[in-house]
Amino acid sequence: MSKVIPIKQVQAYAEQTVDYRQVLSQSEIDAIEHECALYESRPAAAIDALQIVQRERRWISDESLYAIADMLCMSATALEGIATFYNLIYRQPVGQHVIHLCNSISCWLNDFQTIADHLRNTLNVEFGQTTSDGNITLLPNVCLGCCNKAPALMLDGELIENLDIASIDKLLQSLGGGKNE
Amino acid sequence: MNNPTDRPLSTHLDVENPQNLSAYQSTGGYQGFSNALKISPQEVQQQVTDSNLKGRGGAGFSTGMKWSFVPMGENAPEHKYLVCNADEMEPGTFKDRWLMEGAPHLLIEGMLIAAYAIGADVAYIFLRGEYRLCATRLHQAIEEAYAAGWLGENIKGTPYTLKLHLHTSAGRYICGEETALINALEGKRATPRAKPPFPQVVGLFGRPTIVNNCETLCNLPSILKHGSHWYTQLTAGTDSGSKIYGISGKVKNAGLWELPMGTPAREIFQLAGGMQDGLTLRGWLPGGASTDFLMPEHLDLPMEYDAIAKAGSRMGTGLIIALDDQHCPVGMILNLLQFFAQESCGWCTPCRDGLPWAVEILTRIESGHGNQDDMDTLQQLCGFMWIGKTFCALAPGAVEPLRSGMKYFADDFQQHIDHKGCPHRQ
Repeated sequence: MSKVIPIKQVQAYAEQTVDYRQVLSQSEIDAIEHECALYESRPAAAIDALQIVQRERRWISDESLYAIADMLCMSATALEGIATFYNLIYRQPVGQHVIHLCNSISCWLNDFQTIADHLRNTLNVEFGQTTSDGNITLLPNVCLGCCNKAPALMLDGELIENLDIASIDKLLQSLGGGKNE
Repeated sequence: MNNPTDRPLSTHLDVENPQNLSAYQSTGGYQGFSNALKISPQEVQQQVTDSNLKGRGGAGFSTGMKWSFVPMGENAPEHKYLVCNADEMEPGTFKDRWLMEGAPHLLIEGMLIAAYAIGADVAYIFLRGEYRLCATRLHQAIEEAYAAGWLGENIKGTPYTLKLHLHTSAGRYICGEETALINALEGKRATPRAKPPFPQVVGLFGRPTIVNNCETLCNLPSILKHGSHWYTQLTAGTDSGSKIYGISGKVKNAGLWELPMGTPAREIFQLAGGMQDGLTLRGWLPGGASTDFLMPEHLDLPMEYDAIAKAGSRMGTGLIIALDDQHCPVGMILNLLQFFAQESCGWCTPCRDGLPWAVEILTRIESGHGNQDDMDTLQQLCGFMWIGKTFCALAPGAVEPLRSGMKYFADDFQQHIDHKGCPHRQ
């Protein structure tokens, strides 16, 4: 038998819409409004809005999601369908730094596995996890378009190419390590 | 190709120090668009049709023909859109990144010409989110073009008006499919749309819309500058113009080169210095992950749409991926299928369920747990996910390296099954 959801819970869920002015900062609101003006409809700015808020808050919390949906006059479920669709929108908290390691074919042919193992072992995390000091999140990524300079990764939006063990060590050092006890 | 006009794309291209507006203009930039403004949009369309320019995104459809379906004239809808597809995510493909980082004004001029030709009043560049340097440079170039009157109201004193905006996506391969891209731009989940209606008639926000690949658009300024006849004379083969070719994998010098359409694949391998020392070429994908494998004996084929199709593959994006003898073909096919399984949008069942199934079987074979039945199931899956069974071209694209890999590397598959493991790991 399917589970019956009590009517009170349904109401509570429906009421989780928030007034976006209470959640988003003025600069976020201004930046999102700027994007809205570029399209024929407000929901068209959804992916821009998610990226604007994520740039400020590092990830998209439920509260942020409801606020953006409110601001763009769209349902929170429709926005959730978009937020979870893209590789670069985080619906969970991430570390101070996010490493996206390319795992597609040209990197695979150029020692992807060695680089991946070294990152996992050094940081002591699996893909999808954050070091316990909250410094570094390690994620896989599809082809980053650095195929002639493989292997490659993206650190906080910046592409870093021609990776080897030494350059990874140097990179991690510059980020202050990342400890996972 | 010693004459710089024979390299219309790379003559303006400098990744280290891209041309700003004045440098671009002083080397002949915006002349093509100025020429376009002097003739009617229909005449621009005719020139592009005569040039035999084919879309460089992978499908190779005639650009002029694509435009010809857009309603023109007084009864046409008030707003029309042009979208540049710069959501370059095909594994092994990095040409659009090179063009946008190195020659942002070339793309803007190309978009102006295309938008004028179809009568669009708003244009978007749909850029993948990972290309941040492209975004910075395009923003800068767009601002310069607005300030100089190349964009905005009444461009250069003519009645023509165009607004150009940059849209940065957030990483999803299916957004490269033109109807999924349109859904993404509308702020919807990026699943493909049914055709018809075709986007040329009912596209973005229900209005006539043309979606052209970044490299296709970058070819337009030189066609309008030097004429369509000149463009067809750039090559000796059946396809016109020049093309950004490239190669990645275990070659000595992976990279990109602008070459005449139809340059033999062997020449591209030679430019890359051949395979790295001690390695031999086993097979190659001619144009990205979604194209069938070809063998070393196919290297003398001209890299043009018909010739590659006759050999059983597709030219796709024209960026070769080379497989060497130290890497396992089964492992390579598994990696390719993992990509497609992850990036399937989940809209239609053959793709959503078929691709993870193929990955599961390939993983089993690669790890030495496969059997003969698995091979039969893989063959069946290739049929279930082929053209006509799926909503868009993603799954058929994934089938291409799988079916051709099973044909050309049948012995490797058999070894995995017979010896219960990957020979490259023993």
